[in-house]
Amino acid sequence: MKLNGRVWKFNDNIDTDVIIPASFLNTSDREELGRHCFAYLRPDFTRNVKTGDIIVAGRNFGCGSSREHAPLALKEAGVRLIIAKSFARIFYRNAFNIGLPLLESEEVQDRVSEGDRISVDLLSGEITGGSLEKALFARPIPDFMMEIVRSGGLVKYIKEKGTF
Amino acid sequence: MDTPMTMTEKILAAHAGIDRVVPGELIKVNVDIALANDITAPLAIGVFNEIGKEEVFDPEKVALVADHFVPNKDIASAEQAKMMREFAMGKRVRHYYELAEGGIEHVIMPEKGLVMPGEVVIGADSHTCTYGALGAFASGVGSTDLGVILSTGKIWIKVPSTIKIQYEGKLKPWVGGKDLILFTLGKLGVEGANYKAVEFSGEVVRNLPMDHRFTMANMAVECGAKNGIFEVDEMIINYVSKVTGRSPKELRSDSGAGFEQVLTISVDNIEPQVAFPHSPDNVCPVSKVDNILLDQVFIGSCTNGRLDDLRIAAKILKGRSVAKGLRLIIIPGSSNIYKKAIQEGLIETLVEAGAVIGPPCCGPCLGGHMGVLASGERALSTSNRNFRGRMGHPDSEVYLANPALAAASAVLGRIGSPDEL
Ligand code: SF4
Repeated sequence: MKLNGRVWKFNDNIDTDVIIPASFLNTSDREELGRHCFAYLRPDFTRNVKTGDIIVAGRNFGCGSSREHAPLALKEAGVRLIIAKSFARIFYRNAFNIGLPLLESEEVQDRVSEGDRISVDLLSGEITGGSLEKALFARPIPDFMMEIVRSGGLVKYIKEKGTF
Repeated sequence: MDTPMTMTEKILAAHAGIDRVVPGELIKVNVDIALANDITAPLAIGVFNEIGKEEVFDPEKVALVADHFVPNKDIASAEQAKMMREFAMGKRVRHYYELAEGGIEHVIMPEKGLVMPGEVVIGADSHTCTYGALGAFASGVGSTDLGVILSTGKIWIKVPSTIKIQYEGKLKPWVGGKDLILFTLGKLGVEGANYKAVEFSGEVVRNLPMDHRFTMANMAVECGAKNGIFEVDEMIINYVSKVTGRSPKELRSDSGAGFEQVLTISVDNIEPQVAFPHSPDNVCPVSKVDNILLDQVFIGSCTNGRLDDLRIAAKILKGRSVAKGLRLIIIPGSSNIYKKAIQEGLIETLVEAGAVIGPPCCGPCLGGHMGVLASGERALSTSNRNFRGRMGHPDSEVYLANPALAAASAVLGRIGSPDEL
């Protein structure tokens, strides 16, 4: 599975409160959530993000509240992949469960620039393009999570298998 | 001989129906009670409907609590609450609570005896880890996981390795569970226990009252932990038997169990702690805090909205007045606590001192309603998170501390200790 997209860069400890602030949690309407992604931290985000874009971040991305509204808002806004140095536990589950893949890499955030167009092979973890002089390799996605991504999320996976 | 296991490993193995588990192993676990609130339940119900089961896996084992945006703050949140209420009624969910019957989910679950030591509790709320204070494996997830549990009663879990933290020594005055956990966060960092179990132990926690243990387990997620847990000792057994009439067995990690790390913290010199914006691990002892003026103080939340917290606040505020221009908001964590606080005369003391009392709910903790901050405003809160914008405007600031400091600071008008009064 190959993805190709434009990079949005973020720092360490991006918490779910900044991804989707609590004042927008009075709905579970996905489109509505997508419209308020990073509402305060980066008000330009929803105006400029395009389907297929990739978020590249530092450590502990998605920490804090368990709100699944956070990965949903990102996915709805158009984000198709997040590469970070590390992810907070609940966010990690939630993102895969809704079919938004995550890759862990210690290096990518230090080596790519905002706006770079990069190519990512989800299976091998190979990342190329943009300001990268040579390919980087993210940690491969565990088999079980990859199956969930292939199905398009945990619900579809369960419906396909009849169980989990 | 059996392989020694940690408490967390024992509980998970028992619920996966296998003899032993090792950290890193992916297992499928039976859930004893599943929990969601008025923000997370609507998404989970959507998932449940999409999976297409007629009934929830066991109506006795589901708890739905309206606490985040109730009493409903606007039409949209009223619709969310209505959806959850109708689902609860339609599926005959046994434990549905709102307003007078309820309070904050993590306060009422133990209060109503819905969690037993050694059980597996999974909730669509990150502070589900609170029930580790009862010696349960309790962990927060998102709505898809919860929707799957509602349908199947099961969840997949990667067995966590355990960090054991031993607290030794003697506590200083005004130092309690909140300070121990804030100090620990300062040591571990917000990611220090990501994906791991944290076991709280040592002579200090063995003597720590339940309300303080709930505070500590509650904030385990603030260092990324999957769960925080306490040994099932006499204090837990007494608490649970009083509430439920059942007497649970003792449960602890085996001697020789494999801990990933054992951290010993000497508490002798730990002062009351203050977490500075915008991270709960950004801690500082109160004596080192400069002149930080406050616009608002909030005493409440699933971290410090229990009876002991209100007692400490009332003790400090008795006969004193809140500083001019400062707003003191106090919210009892449950209706039950509210009633007891009235009976003990605490509410009168607090109101006389100049506090406003909110109805039992999450209130301003998540910046939803009932005390949202304007730009440039500064609040001291007894809750668990002070991320940017957590309680309102992105340019407001939140400091975290224990209820004694919160009460004293409300009188002083700046962050300070009861010793300064
Ligand atoms: S009181 Fe705060 S932390 Fe606790 S459940 Fe409510 S919003 Fe979450």
